Amino acid sequence: MQVALFITCFNDTLFPQTGRAVVELLERLGHRVTFPEEQTCCGQMHVNSGYEHEAARLLRRFERVFADADAIVSPSASCVGLVRERIPAVADRTFELTELLVDRLGVVDVGASFPHRVTLHPTCHSLRMLHVGERPRRLLEAVRGIELVELEQATECCGFGGTFAVKNAETSMAMLSDKLRHVLDTRAEVCTAADSSCLMHIGGALRRQRAGMRTMHIAEILAAQE
Amino acid sequence: MSFQAAAHATLRDAQLRRNLGHATERIRDKRAGAVAELPDWEQLRDAAEAIKARTLATLPEQLERLERAVSAAGGIVHWARDAAEANAIVADVARAHGSDEVIKVKSLLTDEIGLNEALAAQGISAIETDLAELIVQLGDDTQSHILVPAIHRNRVEIRELFERTIAAGRRLDGDAKTLADAARAHLRAKFLSVPVAVSGANFAIAETGAICVVESEGNGRMCLTLPKALVTVMGIEKLLPSWRDLEVFLQLLPRSSTAERMNPYTSLWTGVRAGDGPQEFHLVLLDGGRTDVLGDEVGRAALHCIRCSACLNVCPVYERVGGAAYESVYPGPIGAILTPQLRGLDQAPTLPWASSLCGACYEVCPVKIDIPTILVHLRGRVVREQKSGLSVEGLAMRAMATAFSTRRRYEGAQRLARLGRGPIANAAVPGWSAMRELPEPPKATFREWWRRRGAPGVGA
Repeated sequence: MQVALFITCFNDTLFPQTGRAVVELLERLGHRVTFPEEQTCCGQMHVNSGYEHEAARLLRRFERVFADADAIVSPSASCVGLVRERIPAVADRTFELTELLVDRLGVVDVGASFPHRVTLHPTCHSLRMLHVGERPRRLLEAVRGIELVELEQATECCGFGGTFAVKNAETSMAMLSDKLRHVLDTRAEVCTAADSSCLMHIGGALRRQRAGMRTMHIAEILAAQE
Repeated sequence: MSFQAAAHATLRDAQLRRNLGHATERIRDKRAGAVAELPDWEQLRDAAEAIKARTLATLPEQLERLERAVSAAGGIVHWARDAAEANAIVADVARAHGSDEVIKVKSLLTDEIGLNEALAAQGISAIETDLAELIVQLGDDTQSHILVPAIHRNRVEIRELFERTIAAGRRLDGDAKTLADAARAHLRAKFLSVPVAVSGANFAIAETGAICVVESEGNGRMCLTLPKALVTVMGIEKLLPSWRDLEVFLQLLPRSSTAERMNPYTSLWTGVRAGDGPQEFHLVLLDGGRTDVLGDEVGRAALHCIRCSACLNVCPVYERVGGAAYESVYPGPIGAILTPQLRGLDQAPTLPWASSLCGACYEVCPVKIDIPTILVHLRGRVVREQKSGLSVEGLAMRAMATAFSTRRRYEGAQRLARLGRGPIANAAVPGWSAMRELPEPPKATFREWWRRRGAPGVGA
């Protein structure tokens, strides 16, 4: 099938490897990916920060840019959550990556190979806005060579929360400290998730601590053929 | 004080963090177990939400029905516009009975209106009879949880407090029974001698005039049955239209609150009955900002709250900052939407941001209050009503929106961001770097890679 990629401004600018992984993965599975280059930002940051007026323009823009797409895929649960909630015209056609793979494309084994010890942080918006449930875990379990380890208190927020991480930096850090402790306790080599924003938060602290653990978006693991 | 400033202080308290983390984790797991027992939990939540919405939509009529039913059963109904009016009514009843003491059932509403302080100003002592409230009162402390106000205290701290106060210098063993016995001995004398009791209400039935209080310790039952006069102060949103509505809430509340199938004591009374219980019953119906909340179509759902505290127990923010950081009797997620609405947004403008919008609160709320949506809505109101458009944040947000408004501007901003400048880079940096490094800017953005790649589908 043909799928339009909604990369998100965040991945586009800071984590292009996530987008490349989505493209490689979907093409490997025999699908055609398009990238509407007029896309910018869905408006999530403005909505969640209370700037409704500014957000409204971005939401309208998103609807216009993706008007012709049959299916839209995004490697960001939180941006998909916003699009579903705020842009009814495209809500039914917009999928988070693991939803698209499992529900629309009907694959669990995507032919990936990643012989590393990995732990999954199920992000708040994938769990509680999109209700993706076990989809990310099922996809990871089918990856060759992977050693998936349980994360304690996995469903608890990492403390990112968009501007929350800056506005309430100290509270955010307290939440992150506990998340980090659980992540490090897994002794995994990689911490993965379906949102680059949470991974930027966790990964930024791992790098600050020289913890020797890296973060990877789930798309990168599913695209891997090591 | 802003939430940030209050949290700055509480986040340093390692003992608080330990006590709270321990307590909330335990009650979280217990709640999940109690809820999982009911196959129709989701239908109960839907029913509760619908009943509450219907009640608020017909509130004036329901309140008048309640007034008629309570009056017909021999009760006296008072209407209070604000805290001062409600407090004055309670003081008048105490004075009419010549008492300089009243005994209290645990009640958030009376804390909201500052009843104890108002009575003290008139020379009347209000004695808390709930164990945790007593601990807070004796320690001249602040409640930090809706259900377990002394959740931030551990047993050693409580033993020391009791030895200093009600045990009058006696040494106490630190076990729970000894501590409870010390409180019991202190309270029993009050139950038997004080002529006036004050309570809140969990529910009031408009159809019959019955008032309902649920509790665990039995102190409430003592207060509701032994004194000569009883004054119940309730918020106008607490009523339910009919008797049959109650069963829905009596299933939802205990499981959400204490993770019990049923709470130990459920007291229901209707007006007065000769020779049985208080012979004088006053019901004070308090507005206290609630009709203003009703005027906000999104925010009004906060009035559906049944004060179970499930949202506090699952909130990762609350678990770390504690109740005191919210500077209100309503802490946690529900406090973050209720306090600014009841007091006015200008009185608590930072509370709607005291959340990472993780959604754990909405998931457990027994009456399905969509707390994250209301938080975002209130942020919007604060931005519109309070903030100058010239604030640093406002300017940054507008600059970002402009950067996202066309492809050309967006791609220009991306180039600047790679150099660590411009609207995208500036938005992220302050406050971030204390604990986290920023990602290394990539050599190329995704779209640059896409264009270079020249793959099928370019420009679609």
